[in-house]
Amino acid sequence: MMGTSDHAMTTDLADLLRHHEISQFLYKEARLQDENRYQEWESLWTDDAVYWVPANGEDIDPERDMSIIYDNRSRIGLRIRQFLTGKRYSQLPTSRLRRVIGNVEVLAEEAGGTRVTANMLLYESHRRGQILWAARNEYLLRRVDADWRMAYKKVALVNNEAALTTMAFLI
Amino acid sequence: MTEATIDLPVRRRDWSRLIQPEQVHGSIYTDPEIYQEELRKIWQRTWVYVGHASEVPNPHDFVMKSIGPDPVLMTRDKDGNIHLLHNRCPHRGNQVCEKHRGNSRTFTCNYHGWTFANDGSLRGYPFPSGYKDDKRKELGLGKVARVGIYKGFVFGSMSPEGHSLEEHLGGARQAIDALCRNSPEGEIEVTAGFLQHKVMANWKFVMENETDGYHPAFVHASIFDVADSQIGSLYGDSSTAVTRYFGNGHSEVDLRPEFRQRDVPLSWFGTTADRLPDYVEKMNAAYGEQQAREIMIDGTPHIMIFPNLFIAEIQMFSIQPLSVDETVQHVTALQFKGAPDFNRRMRQQTMGSVGPAGFLLADDAEMYERSHRGVQEKNPEWVYLGRGTHRERTDEHGYRIGHATDDLCSRGMWQHYRALMEAA
Repeated sequence: MMGTSDHAMTTDLADLLRHHEISQFLYKEARLQDENRYQEWESLWTDDAVYWVPANGEDIDPERDMSIIYDNRSRIGLRIRQFLTGKRYSQLPTSRLRRVIGNVEVLAEEAGGTRVTANMLLYESHRRGQILWAARNEYLLRRVDADWRMAYKKVALVNNEAALTTMAFLI
Repeated sequence: MTEATIDLPVRRRDWSRLIQPEQVHGSIYTDPEIYQEELRKIWQRTWVYVGHASEVPNPHDFVMKSIGPDPVLMTRDKDGNIHLLHNRCPHRGNQVCEKHRGNSRTFTCNYHGWTFANDGSLRGYPFPSGYKDDKRKELGLGKVARVGIYKGFVFGSMSPEGHSLEEHLGGARQAIDALCRNSPEGEIEVTAGFLQHKVMANWKFVMENETDGYHPAFVHASIFDVADSQIGSLYGDSSTAVTRYFGNGHSEVDLRPEFRQRDVPLSWFGTTADRLPDYVEKMNAAYGEQQAREIMIDGTPHIMIFPNLFIAEIQMFSIQPLSVDETVQHVTALQFKGAPDFNRRMRQQTMGSVGPAGFLLADDAEMYERSHRGVQEKNPEWVYLGRGTHRERTDEHGYRIGHATDDLCSRGMWQHYRALMEAA
């Protein structure tokens, strides 16, 4: 017979495992972005995906107010196809990028998936200069077959109320 | 970046050596002294676009805007009048307002508690016995010398004298009129918030690019290739669109000849009437079917109003220089009053196109920055603007026009710029 403490341990282990899988998924997403592996990155999204980079705070209404990026799945595809033309000059040459994902927290289980938040720190080297980007990211992650996928990603840049330089790379 | 200017012995620059009919000298984009002179002779003197009346719809609303690198507070007082105020306490120079927008009857300086009404007048200050006389009549927030409003577009001039706003706008007024007619209520609104996109380039590269019809086929080839866009053909070699110079630095790319050939309402927006039935119905009711049809075929203008207001069909940009090599484009989706279905689509399309990650503007920004670096090389020293001089002509209103891809607009801007800079 399983005691209370055994049950708690099993639950804890399941949580740990999920947290580990999700962190690994976010690290992989970060690496694909850093290395401009556009099509592999695109394949991480679900069909109902929303990719949102708000401006002027974290809590604006993207249906009413201007955002830096507010893509549905079809517009994410367009973004990727634009890179693949070989004529997206704002990323030719590409920015050199490396980012760190940290403070990964599972916030909730929802009908649509697992809600996760993380902090992101990104160093960009481009001809215009070296730029540090920082954000709180929020995700809705969903298991599709054996893999995790992104149904929603919000990148709340710390300085999104200020004037920002071009950021045509994957954020 | 320092802005303090010390009166040096007057050293008149020979502008005819820097600005010639078909070329300008590269240093005009990069010389910090020229930039300082531009602040005095253009940004702090001529009419500059500041904001739109719909950004402060109610009494006591305020929003922080700018004229050149300087912040300017746009307020609406209790009687509905719009004021443009400098954000500087007359006491010790502290910035009085730290909020981007809000609603307030007064502004209180946090340093020593001086309080100002939203028309700039000094209401009171703590411990008044410390001053021999009442200072309220004498001191207040600095006011932009002249405020001019045309169809809701608010302009400011820091010079108490000069042309009226209507004289300054001249032929550009009809473009603003045409824009407003695209609303069933005859008004546009600026309510969707702004993106701020910073480029490491001189502001004049940005201004000139706005009505350069030569670059889209190349700079924007990547998005034209993959999106179902009909923009590309408007800027081709066989385009019937024209560039037009209105005088006073204002210019446009007039795409109406192309849209009139298509003869399809809303084709200018890449859609058809059946996709926006509510809008079309309201337009027909407002203008009658015949005029509504003409308005919906012609669409909205693509005009650069010197030195900083760019109306680009469905977007509006305000260009702000921060220093000789740093410029911010403030951009928002235009909204037609009374057209929620159309407005939603304009916001979505604008978000895709503009800003730091935009399908179009990210690549434009890349070009401004490459040009700014490029002109610092000295061989050749000049930027060549001779495209289309052999086919310039004059339209029925007396404005110079050229092919959609010609340098006519830049040549006009430089002619006006030179006149402003040659003034004492």
